[in-house]
Amino acid sequence: MPAQIVETNSAPFKNIDIDPVTLDIIENALRNARIEMDATLVRTAMSPGIREQGDAFPLIADPSGKMIVGQFGSFIDGFLRGFDGTLENGDMIFLSDPYSCEGAISHSNDWLVLLPVFKDGRLIAYTAMFGHQSDIGGSVPGSMPIGASSIFEEGVRIPPVKIWKKGEYNDDLMKLVMHQTRKPDWCQADLNALIASCRVAARRVIEMAERFGDDVYVSATQELLARNHRAMKALISQAIPTNKASFEDYLCDDGKGYGPYKIKCTMWREGEKVILDFDGTDPQSAASINFYLNENMFKMFFGIYMIMVFDPQILFNDGFYDLIEVRIPEGSLLKPEFPAALSGRTHALGRIFDILGGLLGQGTPEFLNAAGFSSSPHLFYSGWDQRDGKQREWFQLFQIGFGGIPGRPLGDGPDGHSLWPGFTNVPNEFLERYFPLRIERYSTEPDSGGAGLHRGGNGIHMTYRFLADGEIAVHDDRWFVPPWGVNGGHPGMRARKVLERADGTTEIVGNKVEDVPVKEGDLLHFITWGGGGWGDPLERDPELIGLEIRQGLVTSEGAKAYGVVADSEGVIDAARTDALRTEMRSERGELPLFDYGPGIDQLRASCEEETGLPAPIQPVWHHREMAEAAE
Amino acid sequence: MGYRLGVDVGGTFTDLLLFDDETGKFWRHKTPSTPHDSSEGILTGVEAITGEADVSAGEIEFFLHGTTVATNAVLEGKGAKVGLIVTEGYRDVMQIARSFVPGGLAAWIVWPKPQPLAHLEDTIDVPGRMGADGEEVRPLDESAVRAAMRKLKDQGIEALTVSLINAYVNGAHESRIGEIAAKELPGIPVSLSHEVLPEMQEYERTLSTVANAAVRPVVGNYVSNLRNRLEKEGLKGRLSLLRSDGGLMSSQKAEEHPVNILMSGPAGGVTGALWVAKNAGLTNILTLDVGGTSTDVALIEGLEPRRQRTTEVGHLSVRASALDVKTVGAGGGSIAHVPELTKALRVGPESAGAVPGPVAYGKGGELPTVTDANVVLGYLPEDLLGGSFHLDREGAEKSVQTIADALGVGLMEAARGIIDIVNENMFGALRMISVQQGYDPREFAVMGFGGAGPLHVNAVAKLMGSWPAVSPVSPGVLCALGDATTRMRTETARSFSKLAQDTSISDLIAVLDEMEEQTRSELLADGVPETQVTSEFEVDIRYAGQAFEVPLTISKAILEKDGIEGILARFDDEHRRLFTFNMDTPHEIVNLRAVALGEAPALPAAQLEKGNGNPSAAKIRDHTLWMDGEERAAVIYDRAKLRQGDIIPGPAIITEMDSTTLVENGCTATVDPVGNILINPNAKRENGEG
Repeated sequence: MPAQIVETNSAPFKNIDIDPVTLDIIENALRNARIEMDATLVRTAMSPGIREQGDAFPLIADPSGKMIVGQFGSFIDGFLRGFDGTLENGDMIFLSDPYSCEGAISHSNDWLVLLPVFKDGRLIAYTAMFGHQSDIGGSVPGSMPIGASSIFEEGVRIPPVKIWKKGEYNDDLMKLVMHQTRKPDWCQADLNALIASCRVAARRVIEMAERFGDDVYVSATQELLARNHRAMKALISQAIPTNKASFEDYLCDDGKGYGPYKIKCTMWREGEKVILDFDGTDPQSAASINFYLNENMFKMFFGIYMIMVFDPQILFNDGFYDLIEVRIPEGSLLKPEFPAALSGRTHALGRIFDILGGLLGQGTPEFLNAAGFSSSPHLFYSGWDQRDGKQREWFQLFQIGFGGIPGRPLGDGPDGHSLWPGFTNVPNEFLERYFPLRIERYSTEPDSGGAGLHRGGNGIHMTYRFLADGEIAVHDDRWFVPPWGVNGGHPGMRARKVLERADGTTEIVGNKVEDVPVKEGDLLHFITWGGGGWGDPLERDPELIGLEIRQGLVTSEGAKAYGVVADSEGVIDAARTDALRTEMRSERGELPLFDYGPGIDQLRASCEEETGLPAPIQPVWHHREMAEAAE
Repeated sequence: MGYRLGVDVGGTFTDLLLFDDETGKFWRHKTPSTPHDSSEGILTGVEAITGEADVSAGEIEFFLHGTTVATNAVLEGKGAKVGLIVTEGYRDVMQIARSFVPGGLAAWIVWPKPQPLAHLEDTIDVPGRMGADGEEVRPLDESAVRAAMRKLKDQGIEALTVSLINAYVNGAHESRIGEIAAKELPGIPVSLSHEVLPEMQEYERTLSTVANAAVRPVVGNYVSNLRNRLEKEGLKGRLSLLRSDGGLMSSQKAEEHPVNILMSGPAGGVTGALWVAKNAGLTNILTLDVGGTSTDVALIEGLEPRRQRTTEVGHLSVRASALDVKTVGAGGGSIAHVPELTKALRVGPESAGAVPGPVAYGKGGELPTVTDANVVLGYLPEDLLGGSFHLDREGAEKSVQTIADALGVGLMEAARGIIDIVNENMFGALRMISVQQGYDPREFAVMGFGGAGPLHVNAVAKLMGSWPAVSPVSPGVLCALGDATTRMRTETARSFSKLAQDTSISDLIAVLDEMEEQTRSELLADGVPETQVTSEFEVDIRYAGQAFEVPLTISKAILEKDGIEGILARFDDEHRRLFTFNMDTPHEIVNLRAVALGEAPALPAAQLEKGNGNPSAAKIRDHTLWMDGEERAAVIYDRAKLRQGDIIPGPAIITEMDSTTLVENGCTATVDPVGNILINPNAKRENGEG
């Protein structure tokens, strides 16, 4: 049963011709409203994940649920199809179950608030926002258990319910929800912030409708969608060929010792339509790395990449959706069957962007970027603070790290920066003030960015000294399969985690682990991956490499990848550099478009030696077999 | 008695305003800026304006100056070569910054990576560590410090900055490094982060300290050169510079802490608007400073401009108080275009700038700009700058026609479309500082200044519902007026970071006393008489765990009377106003600030001759312009000939030396006693009128 929308005014909106100026004014005003949503959220949220790092996503949609402004595309049509109930004035929907909204949010940590906006008895818009909650209960602090085998272990699941019903707040519901989390104070503040953002945007929509008239406002949103459709249609016909092109990449492991998992996407054009087919992607995992990918969200990712790669001037909305068809096999890593665990979906989410970049860019190498997405690497650290004066207070840190941005047509990839929009790091002085730890090192990891004419950005080497006993969990990827280089650029270095115990022993920690006990005085080196390189490293100016040696970004050893001979002060030996470059040029073959490193078999063979960790085991598909046996 | 001279050096023009303290009479002058050495343009201007007023340079008591010299040093990377010493493990603090990439999803593909203000090769980390509680964890390695200094010296640094982790709680290691530098690096100025900005957040503190060090030599050279040249001309009055927060500081002080004048330029307009508002009897103002490439907006409530704790310069956000001025890329030179793919009408952010400029200026510009649209519509009559400048109307029409063709509309519709869009962009900026901060724009007037502000202010007031729309006296040199009429100011800030429930009134007052003493003595040292110094205090409060603080002004008397609960109640009110809800979470007192102020000069404004309401004496000629969908009859007036009380029905155009005021159809302008033009919508429209 689809949702039933209750309108007291049944008159349809009239379609009115909109002059281009009014249209641009409304588009601008909508964009401002969206900026205002972000500002409201960041100012009132309380968990470091949202307030410092900006892990939240806003949306304003038309009455049919199509996104007019926002960034992750609209999920509202899917929600409406699945929601068995009414939507009326004064209602506000609250949900967190990915299976209840076709994966519009992709793990239960993301709480979503959806506000249908009514004006004079008619539904005129939707505003929505979702944000990552730091803890929603479940088997581990942070609620993202690597080892989960079903979503029931991943904390409270909220189906679409009304947090406000005809203007009345559902207090009992919220008590029940907040009872499930380890951090009710953060959850309550963050939820307030999400609600305040949606309300601000709703107010702006109504003001716009009052200023221009309801019919003009709604007609303008339709024209904005149509305008985007036209632009994207032109772009697709220019940029997407009719012959099939495929690209594949891997998730390193699932945290249970199995991996890598392949994600494959094939793209071609049929008439004006692009087909994106994930056939060939591995089946779902028995662990939590599944990523329930919403088709509309992927259309939006595709659209944004097209725009950014080919024409950054275009503003994006949902208008082009019917130009794209996304096919995702049921039961695959990207469309797992309920109740598959989903909390570790961030790795596949990240990988999707590298795949999109490779898929779109391979036909036009001059626009191609190298790989740089791992995931959003997380560290969890929690426990009872046993230090003097702390009365065994519960502490819980959830922190998102960053790696290197890949080499780009534009130039070098920035070191230690975020590929995700709006994210920032947490000031270390803030961490030290509010958590029992000291950050002994916060620097880039030399040589981790892949060599290239444009160097990949270095990853970050962050060293935590724990000042209270507790437990940590780590989520990261790109530790086994490196981020690839392009146009002759080399792959970036892989991620690593090392625990240096206070007792003098050292151990390599996996990149998807939890419940690792740490003692006061232990050091954790949290080292992220570097971005892939872009273009021929032998073409990079040796003096620039000399400078980067003095800057500590590249070592004299690392300079050899560029065919540069230099000492530790960055002084270049020109003659030997010339000789080395000549030798390297003559020994290598034609430069590959993509440099994936040595390949899965070789990576597996040398894994233990190079990473200190056992190689992941080729996964076997219990789920698929069980599903087939049951039929 | 004395004269004061306000001087504002902008990118294109240097504006001067000479003010007679006694009578309120003033003279204004505009002369081209001389970017290679601004003092040349300034001296040319001083000579001209003193000649015009028949005043000798020696009679000028105060030389008050807004300058973008520090801003440009940062934006153009022409600051000093700064060496940076940081805590071991933190060498990349400037390189990593906040890891933030501006823009949306995939924006990293097109984001150019800025170079750190202190170069990474000139950044060295040294062992030694303070804890977050202020206790020393590891002692400072002094031999490593010396080695670092020798290396930086060899690399030719011109200034040294020291920024260590947790120095905001305990600056002992930084101070020690400062002592060592005095011996190892004689003659090289040293900035310590805990002195420049004793606040949490290592990146922001480091950046602010480095920015200060980088612009110090530039500002120092500029100020001493200017001082010498002015003295040679016989001008021996006190030289003060305008701070980003709208106060003045002595030029000596500015040389030490130039980080406080990074946004000196835009601050002048706001302080000028403040002076105008007082004279016009207005208390709540939205300012609209429209230049060639951009528009600055700010909010003044109750004659107090909103301030913010950060100064935004290019991509950098420096922790120093500034007026909350927002800038949008919308100005007279903004270029209109219609992208192929979307067929949308876009205006800016690309600008034709001063060169080649709008087509109508005839300096080689070929792309249609906002100014060209204004010319086409008849809003900008043929003569600018008092007749010295003829506009190429035909060229403007030709360029705007390309937009009309691309959109498939008529020439006038296209021109008005360009104006509507640029007005909308200004409207968006004004909303950011008003509605989005919880202010109701209907309680504010809008004041338009800068070359093109008075052309757009009426239309923007209509969009905002903010009346009256004000075209102030001498809108083209309002910044210089602001420089001339504001007062001395200094402030200090400190991290407090304690829960309100764990704080006693006496703790709080003890810290405020200390801060008051520090700021007062700074003003006294700058020559402000003891009796003229007043102090104000601000406290930042938030719910513990939030990232955003609400600043509240407090006084010690009220604090003693209402207690901490009194502040918290005000915080809850303000939080509800801004964000619609309150919380049960404990309150945290985050930062404290003390401000010391000199006395505002009691400057009179000169009165205009009284008129009888009929402006016909000022009429230049009849005119036609295009507005509200048709061609309409209008009148052009000479502003210099208007008298107080004159009433001008729209549509009308009022011209003066350096600016043009547009009164829209359906609105009426009145001239107030001191010459400001106040525009209001006609209360009742008669049937049949547009």
